[in-house]
Amino acid sequence: MDLSHIFNSKKFFSIAIYAMLIFFLSFSAFSQEHATSDTAHATAAESHDAKPEKEEDISKMILHHIADSHEWHFFGHVAVPLPVILWTDNGMVSFLSNKFGHNDHGTELLDVNGTKLVYYHGKYFYPEAVKSADGTYIAYNNKGDIINSKPLDISITKNVVSLLISVTVLLVVFIGIANSYKKREGKAPKGLQSILEPIIIFVRDDIAKPQLGHKYRGFMPYLLTVFFFVWLNNLMGLIPFFPGGANLTGNIAVTMMLALCTFVLTTVNGNKNYWGHVFTPHVPWWLYPLMIPVEIIGLFTKPIALMIRLFANITAGHILILSLISLIFILKSVLVAGIAVPFVLFISVIELVVGFIQAFIFTILSALFIGMAVEEKHAEH
Amino acid sequence: MTLLALNPLVSPDPGLFIWSTVAFLILFFLLSKFAWKPIVKALDERERSIEDALSKAEMAKAEMAKLISENEDLLKEARLERDSILKEAKEIKDQIINDAKDQAKTEGAKLIEKAKDEITNQKLAAMAEIKNQVSSLSLAIAEKVLRNQLEDQDKQQALVNDLLKEVKLN
Repeated sequence: MDLSHIFNSKKFFSIAIYAMLIFFLSFSAFSQEHATSDTAHATAAESHDAKPEKEEDISKMILHHIADSHEWHFFGHVAVPLPVILWTDNGMVSFLSNKFGHNDHGTELLDVNGTKLVYYHGKYFYPEAVKSADGTYIAYNNKGDIINSKPLDISITKNVVSLLISVTVLLVVFIGIANSYKKREGKAPKGLQSILEPIIIFVRDDIAKPQLGHKYRGFMPYLLTVFFFVWLNNLMGLIPFFPGGANLTGNIAVTMMLALCTFVLTTVNGNKNYWGHVFTPHVPWWLYPLMIPVEIIGLFTKPIALMIRLFANITAGHILILSLISLIFILKSVLVAGIAVPFVLFISVIELVVGFIQAFIFTILSALFIGMAVEEKHAEH
Repeated sequence: MTLLALNPLVSPDPGLFIWSTVAFLILFFLLSKFAWKPIVKALDERERSIEDALSKAEMAKAEMAKLISENEDLLKEARLERDSILKEAKEIKDQIINDAKDQAKTEGAKLIEKAKDEITNQKLAAMAEIKNQVSSLSLAIAEKVLRNQLEDQDKQQALVNDLLKEVKLN
């Protein structure tokens, strides 16, 4: 798909210019307000140490919002508890997350079928034998890391539910489309089919064929699955309420899984030529001790870069939107919403594009890496 | 590793990793089997049929052009043939006319020749007639003249003398 028409359109530029204008105006407005509030706070002595605490709260709030959760929060105090499944030392236990209330400060001992657990900041730990000074069963080492051991948490968390929803949607949509292809064989596409067909052809003609050449056919299912999986979850992550809002593709475990799939495919399909490049690179032999480790590291940096790129892009978008909303609370004025909300809208629209672009980039890089692995020997190499 | 341990954001959660792996693999296998395979196949087939139709149309167009050019060739050939037939006819006509002219000429010449012969014959006959007439007339005239002259004796003598003189000379 050619995206150039978006950047060529006059509308895009007028929006961009408008946004920049608002940005600079609001920036000066913020700094002014900041200055006045600073002088106001300077007179009140206790305000000074309250301020950093507030900022801490905001960053905690943002991290909480983009992290996984054991319940699906809808609004106010309405939240759906999700099943917690733990593989503890005494076997598997499962319970609904609201069974022991909502205390996540680690101050309460939970007795799950005889296994003692403690719930702290959204995670289940084995408790320390005695309460520490801050009233929790959590202990830290001298670097400030938690040293409590954890049971293996395989709960159906918010992200897992979102994952299952997206998988269901993908299955229903694409198997439905496949059926309409069978039903309307050889005819022009119709309805959903005609919306998604150009994208499928885009994946085939602009991602698979240029990178994989004539071998593209075998990798089409993987590339299509990855593309639509990443894209749908990017979009669902942008919806602030159910069934979206789970930030699945902004979770490093998911991007790691996807990158690992590409890595496995690359490694399994690597031909003689590919491994030849790794173990007998085309350099003078005395450079081998340097080049072979570099090539081997290169095998792993590619999927790691894939993993971090998707994770960082999506997470950054979420943090940006949440930060802009948080400006209202940082500056303690509802008037800021007049600037923050249009800004959030603007960033959200950009995130829509980013969601597509990141899905595209993940897929095209996967195709590129697989293409490098299956590439036949060329004369010029 | 301390960095990873510090920030919960970048430490992968094993539970989610397991679930997403399972879900993604199931999604991958189900979609490959029930969605991508038929979709990609259908797209390929449709593209092929479109290409076929286009190439067939192209072929039909070429066929059409060929037919048209053939027709034109035929027309040209027919025109040429017509021209040659006309030319031939003209030649034949010319030849016939020439032949007729020649024949007429020779016939005329023959007739003229005959007429000339006739004229000559007639002339000769007329001449012979005239000669006869002239000789008989002159004979009659001579007879009458002689009779007149021989009535007198002297004269007869003179004549015989003259004749004798002539004989002597001879």
